[in-house]
Amino acid sequence: MPPQHGARRTITLAVNGRAVEVRVTASRTLLEVLREDLGLTGTKYGCDLGECGACTVLVDDEPRLACLQLAVEADGHRLTTVEGLAVDGTPHPLQAAFVALGAAQCGFCTSGMLMTAKALLDAVPDPSHEAVCEALAGNLCRCTGYVKIIEAVRLAAADARVPGRPEPAEVAR
Amino acid sequence: MTVLRLPPFDLIAPRTVAEAADALAHHGPSARLIAGGTDVLPNLKRGLAAPDVLVSLAGVESLRGIRPAADPRPSANGLRGPTRPPSTGAPEGITIGAATRLNRLMADPAVCQSFPVIREAVSQIATPTLRRMGTVGGNLCLDTRCTYYNRPALWREGAGDCMKHEGDVCRVAPGGERCWATLSADLPPVLVALDAVVRLTSARGDRVLALGDLYRDDGLTHLTLAPDEILAEVWVPVWGSRAAFLKLRPRCAVDFASLGVAVAVDVADGICRRARIVLGAVASHPLRVPAAEAALCDRAPDATAIRAAADAAYDAARPMDNADQPPAYRRQMVRVMVARALRAALGQPPSTR
Ligand SMILES: Cc1cc2nc3c(=O)[nH]c(=O)nc-3n(C[C@H](O)[C@H](O)[C@H](O)COP(=O)(O)OP(=O)(O)OC[C@H]3O[C@@H](n4cnc5c(N)ncnc54)[C@H](O)[C@@H]3O)c2cc1C
Ligand code: SF4
Ligand code: FES
Ligand code: FES
Repeated sequence: MPPQHGARRTITLAVNGRAVEVRVTASRTLLEVLREDLGLTGTKYGCDLGECGACTVLVDDEPRLACLQLAVEADGHRLTTVEGLAVDGTPHPLQAAFVALGAAQCGFCTSGMLMTAKALLDAVPDPSHEAVCEALAGNLCRCTGYVKIIEAVRLAAADARVPGRPEPAEVAR
Repeated sequence: MTVLRLPPFDLIAPRTVAEAADALAHHGPSARLIAGGTDVLPNLKRGLAAPDVLVSLAGVESLRGIRPAADPRPSANGLRGPTRPPSTGAPEGITIGAATRLNRLMADPAVCQSFPVIREAVSQIATPTLRRMGTVGGNLCLDTRCTYYNRPALWREGAGDCMKHEGDVCRVAPGGERCWATLSADLPPVLVALDAVVRLTSARGDRVLALGDLYRDDGLTHLTLAPDEILAEVWVPVWGSRAAFLKLRPRCAVDFASLGVAVAVDVADGICRRARIVLGAVASHPLRVPAAEAALCDRAPDATAIRAAADAAYDAARPMDNADQPPAYRRQMVRVMVARALRAALGQPPSTR
């Protein structure tokens, strides 16, 4: 069969718990589909070349750069974007901690930071300072200098609502 | 805002290696393999290629995984090295499938135990998220890089294209006939130092060759891989050698190497029997330095021998002005880092010099 450049195919994505069908060509990235077709603009378009982490989303709970992920290759997978972090209007502990510590300035890197940090906390409920730095090594921020972001991730880790956390603790102020 | 769009292409998603090989054979040079896509896709967005078809290895299960295995070379018995232990029936090495993700390789218990140097090198590749996407095969077959090449179309319009993409001069060495783009991937020097062997497959059959023979020192066609061939797996022998990898770059994450140094040494009874010294990111292929290896072998690997090896590596390295840090600095660092890597591999304390 000759290559069909413009050929569209229908893919199914489970985005933030909701199944959606989209018709896409092979050369569209997941980032384009999320922002342009599904209107989910919380995921940011930074460098578009894999260098900044602003476009990080979770595919089957693992962080992926949406700018380097072909949408057709995400067919049938589960996606979580920053829009899916809050539950019934209650911010995720990471979001609460970012607000409490002022870990977002312009906010452009924030959704990528939150998604990468969520995957970290889901795997390691109480990460060390070094583990947080290592996990976020691919998420660039031009504003904060990172200190508040790293503190916020560790503050969120101390929050009882993070799954896997052994004992309840207060979110320190 | 300018959005970098991918050029149009069709994606073929085979389930088996045979299907992937058939797709490459059928579509010829207009097809390109994609594994994790972390190198292919940025380059397509930069307008550096426009394949009609991408053949994806993402769904080819059999290319993933790590397992103990014997030497795949038919004449393996004739190729045993001097210090290779007599066969005890234990596995002689490990085979890594080309589509194995870098984070899996780093976390594999057999790799961590037998080859801590592989773990060390992989942990310095790109970023944690990119290591979940990028594969071993994509790393070994990574395109060469250059300051004048890995740029968006708009940048290249201003500066002018070069030999590696539709131009006819080299902007790094304008008088010359060749392209000096560097092989900046981190696994090639490490696995060449470990004497790895690769199996290539195509619709025409299989080939097994030393990893070093996969490369040539030419920035335009640095791989000896034919357009219809797929790197299926890489086999790494367990030699009991001690190895180290050091990487120079501006930032300690994200950035490609501006110099990589991989060394492996076998020492028995205080005498160095075998040495491999391989430099990354200073040539279009992993640069082995036989003179540096010879300076260490058949003698005690003491400070004098290490200094001689480091000097020989310095003499052999000719970095060009096409990577992140200035070539004179990178060349000086060859001497420093080869000595450091050898001391680390030999378990000697770092020098104060
Ligand atoms: C911001 C950034 C930083 C990076 N930093 C580093 C770094 O520090 N060190 C480093 O080594 N790399 C780095 N990389 C490059 C890349 O992420 C890794 O090298 C990765 O391992 C490439 O694998 P892939 O599967 O994504 O390759 P792909 O992009 O899928 O493929 C790369 C090339 O290999 C070919 N190919 C892939 N698989 C095969 C196969 N089985 N047989 C034959 N050909 C094949 C493809 O056709 C293509 O030409 C970086 C990338 C980015 C975007
Ligand atoms: S080394 Fe020369 S020809 Fe090769 S990519 Fe750089 S400028 Fe172009
Ligand atoms: S936008 Fe994807 S990494 Fe920068
Ligand atoms: S808050 Fe501005 S980039 Fe991070």
